[in-house]
Amino acid sequence: MSVWKITWLIALKDLRIERRSRVITDQVLPFAGVTMLIFAFALDADSVLERVAPGLIWLATMFSLLVLVQRAFSIETDDGALDAMRVAGVDARAIYLGKSLSLAVQLLVLEVILLGAAIVLYAQTVPLDGVVLLVVTLLTATCGLASVGTLYGGLAAGIRGRETLLPLLTLPAVAPVLIGATRAVEAALGTAGAVVSDGWPWVGLLAVFAVAFGVGGTLAFGPLIDE
Amino acid sequence: MVSFRDVVAVLGTFPALAGVTLDVEAGEIVLLQGPNGAGKTTLLRTCAGLLPVVRGTARILEFDLAADRDVVRRHVGLLGHQNGLYVDLTVRDNVRFWGATAGASHDEIVAAMVRLDVHDRLVDVPVRKLSAGQRRRTALACLVARRARLWLLDEPHAGLDAASRDELDRILRQAAASGATVIVASHELERATSLATRVVEVVAGQVRET
Repeated sequence: MSVWKITWLIALKDLRIERRSRVITDQVLPFAGVTMLIFAFALDADSVLERVAPGLIWLATMFSLLVLVQRAFSIETDDGALDAMRVAGVDARAIYLGKSLSLAVQLLVLEVILLGAAIVLYAQTVPLDGVVLLVVTLLTATCGLASVGTLYGGLAAGIRGRETLLPLLTLPAVAPVLIGATRAVEAALGTAGAVVSDGWPWVGLLAVFAVAFGVGGTLAFGPLIDE
Repeated sequence: MVSFRDVVAVLGTFPALAGVTLDVEAGEIVLLQGPNGAGKTTLLRTCAGLLPVVRGTARILEFDLAADRDVVRRHVGLLGHQNGLYVDLTVRDNVRFWGATAGASHDEIVAAMVRLDVHDRLVDVPVRKLSAGQRRRTALACLVARRARLWLLDEPHAGLDAASRDELDRILRQAAASGATVIVASHELERATSLATRVVEVVAGQVRET
């Protein structure tokens, strides 16, 4: 079977599991929502909230990413399914790409909802000329986050103390995405005088990050999960 | 089919296999017996390509296990202590997924479920709602659907009722008769001994013919 067919099989499997277990709707979304609310209460000044809203969206996304990655790999390790995939000779590249794809879909849904929440909570608006930049930012940032999350999730999967190890490994690695995505969304929303053209170089950074981690992760995942 | 010469495999720094020499031919059903901690599970996992061989030579089927671990794995089916199932998915979803990863056809997947009697009222039940024995049968259906050439089973009868154990024995005999190689680790000596064509004792990471 081709790598792409198996990638698709694994991504569909993960999404089917999510549909059955509803972890995003029952746990991750409420967690992200509470995070956004707490920020709103803590900062408690409309002008400050408007200014930092793009960063808060991505901060809430980062924290939610950790929960999603933990979940993505606990379903593989709880009953030895990851071992079973290795024994079955399933191409590690396909495992990585399939799980990244599934994670990206879940993250994208989350980000769209968080953006909607920010519009309501932080009185944000999306100018028409910023929509394309916003969409491209969401896609490139999501690809980068999914690539990093899957790589480090696989690394931490078999290790004792992975619940604390995963944030330690992942958050520094996704810092460029946090910075780039925040700046690009600021430009898309016109926050603090930023204009749309300011955002495209940041999208370039996100794209390079996504490609680098996507390619690196595809190559490194197999040796990482092997003993 | 399986040819080990002075094979050493380590868990961390501990030599869990300390110089294993073992030959198993196609069509054999070999029982591994030995005390807890002797290395039976480690031997199975090494044969499956999950643990690297650090010393000695090991051939599985026609492949060098040290050089071609990835290739070996495609021809091996391992049922260990865990079932390798996705508990949020149904029986059907699990067998379909594992069969599909091995390129099994729809008919082969259905046949595997029928064989292990998980095709009827259990087929759309999420695995998390199954009993331990039902989960074991589901895991065996996944193994059958994969049509492996080397079957590695660690306590396969655990949790199964008498009828399922008899059916499992029939499946293993049939697999061996079709040319597959079967290696079973079991503490249920009476049943496993009657099933096996040969018994091998594993003690302190080494193997002795009995």
